[in-house]
Amino acid sequence: MKGLLQGRLGTAAGFAAAAVLLLVVAPAVLSAFNLGLLGKFLCFAIVAVGIGLAWGRGGMLTLGQGVFFGLGAYIMAMHMKLADASLFGGSGVPDFMSLYGSGQVPGWWEPFRSPAVTLLAVVLVPGLVALILGLAVFKRRVKGAYFAILSQALAAAFAVFLIGQQATTGGSNGLSGFRSFFGFDLQDPDNKVMLYMIAAAVLLLSVALARQLMHSRLGELLVAVRDQEERVRFLGYDPASIKTAIYVVAAVLAGIAGALFVPLVGIISPADVGVIPSIAFIIGVAIGGRATLLGPVLGAVGAAAAQSALSSTFPSFWVYFQGLLFVLVIGFMPGGLASLASMVGKRRRNRTARPLPSVPTPAAASASAPLTEGEASMPEEARR
Amino acid sequence: MSTPTLLPDGEPRAGGLRHGRPKYLEIRDLSVSFDGFLAVDKVNLDVVQGDLRFLIGPNGAGKTTVIDAITGLVPATGSVNHTGTEILGRKVHRIARLGVGRTFQTASVFENLSVLQNLDIAAGSGRGPLQMLRRRKTVDPAVEEALEIIGMEGVAGKKAGILAHGQKQWLEIGMLLVQNSDVLLLDEPIAGMSQDERAETGELLRRIAASRITLVIEHDMDFVREFATSVTVLAAGKVLSEGSVAQVQADKKVQDVYLGSSGAEADDA
Repeated sequence: MKGLLQGRLGTAAGFAAAAVLLLVVAPAVLSAFNLGLLGKFLCFAIVAVGIGLAWGRGGMLTLGQGVFFGLGAYIMAMHMKLADASLFGGSGVPDFMSLYGSGQVPGWWEPFRSPAVTLLAVVLVPGLVALILGLAVFKRRVKGAYFAILSQALAAAFAVFLIGQQATTGGSNGLSGFRSFFGFDLQDPDNKVMLYMIAAAVLLLSVALARQLMHSRLGELLVAVRDQEERVRFLGYDPASIKTAIYVVAAVLAGIAGALFVPLVGIISPADVGVIPSIAFIIGVAIGGRATLLGPVLGAVGAAAAQSALSSTFPSFWVYFQGLLFVLVIGFMPGGLASLASMVGKRRRNRTARPLPSVPTPAAASASAPLTEGEASMPEEARR
Repeated sequence: MSTPTLLPDGEPRAGGLRHGRPKYLEIRDLSVSFDGFLAVDKVNLDVVQGDLRFLIGPNGAGKTTVIDAITGLVPATGSVNHTGTEILGRKVHRIARLGVGRTFQTASVFENLSVLQNLDIAAGSGRGPLQMLRRRKTVDPAVEEALEIIGMEGVAGKKAGILAHGQKQWLEIGMLLVQNSDVLLLDEPIAGMSQDERAETGELLRRIAASRITLVIEHDMDFVREFATSVTVLAAGKVLSEGSVAQVQADKKVQDVYLGSSGAEADDA
């Protein structure tokens, strides 16, 4: 795969092929229902791109991406509720508020009446929350398992908070029953295709963004921070700033994905943003291969598709299958399925490995053990 | 190399530069305490630009702890003045940006990155966000020069993880050079090296030390004799003796410490 995708031309060709597949072939081949499903999976894939950056490249095990996904989703859902209420009810007050609450729209909902504010908030709110959280956490050198637990606890707290706000966030029912999306009728099949197209385009853009980040100097520095955070300090960098920057990118991607999820799926509830969905995001990324560019995307789509297929036939079986897959991947293939190709290739090359001539150095005479090609292409991996 | 910037003319010598206004590292009453145990006890130490100072002493003398304290890794009291700037009490990365660089006993390079990437990162702490977001297209002239100085042009594209032990140490020294450090703190740079590699490293140190403030921790007395321009002996957290290699070796106190109580010392802190 690597050989095929190398070089600028190869990248452009791969990107174009993916675009054609997602934007032309899929809508032509899939039924409306399956296209909607795929759209939902693509939302998860956008979250996964962010996790791939933060976890795979940055070593931050973000077990709480549901929070940012939820922030984006609820902001979009609030806007759609308010817009529906103005368009169809006339009163401007969402239906559930009259049922459970005072029939008044709370003040903090009001800004989201504006489409522009909503679109900005979908990006800025998750980004700001991640910025504050990231600075607070990483400057204090909280990392590893502690960071993972902290972010997981945050996802749990966020879900609990939402459930408690029956009158303003719909409680455990969440927000649903949307009829329009920025003035487009959600019942119209053409508009559904459009929503799918937007999700696919956003995914393509986020993969392009991730690629640029991975290959930039920041991306190289991020790997350095992941592998030897303390060492980086002695070179004059503050690892906290670097980690926070990537954490913010991952959060913004999750927020955008959440905002796309709402019109595509038609509901957002605490069950979509809590601990379990947060872990599900991670599992997809781990299975696909967290340190690679496309691994997280394919893993997320694959895991979500498998869940959707298997859980309808064997409702109680999926969870065990998911757990088993996770254990197998972590145990035997820490690089995920993406490392399969290079593992096979390495084995093949090792069989025919021959030592290269030693490399000239100042101490050329004494230089080093022979370098084998197999070692040279060692996948950068296996660290958390 | 058209414009040499990392390598000075001349050799280091005891006392450092004699002309101009040399940079200096002035350590006063530096103390480090671990739960009441004084690992470093009121150390005074001056190193001037152009001097290749070696820091020697028995295990547990506090040599590494002195470097840890200077670089901000362990909290310390006293004063460390780098050419007019107090650096004690600052954060590690701030101290590094003030031109204080160090290596570690066990070479710690970024094993998943190439030699070139390692050097590029070391050269880049002053880069702005826009530069960081861009791809690394050209090789920084300083990086190119450092590659030549440490003699690793041939392995620039290799991952640092597959380098031989000696090469990793050289890479670390190269990283110090491109980092633009004027204070070099090297912690046992030749440990585990072959004889040839030691000689190469010694020559490398002599080449780079003439324009920098260099402090090297070392155990190998042959190496010290051959390359040091001045020596400070540390024992039990205190400065025991200071001077040229010959002076220090003639010092009765130093002989006592090295011959008398070698078994009684604790492990290196």
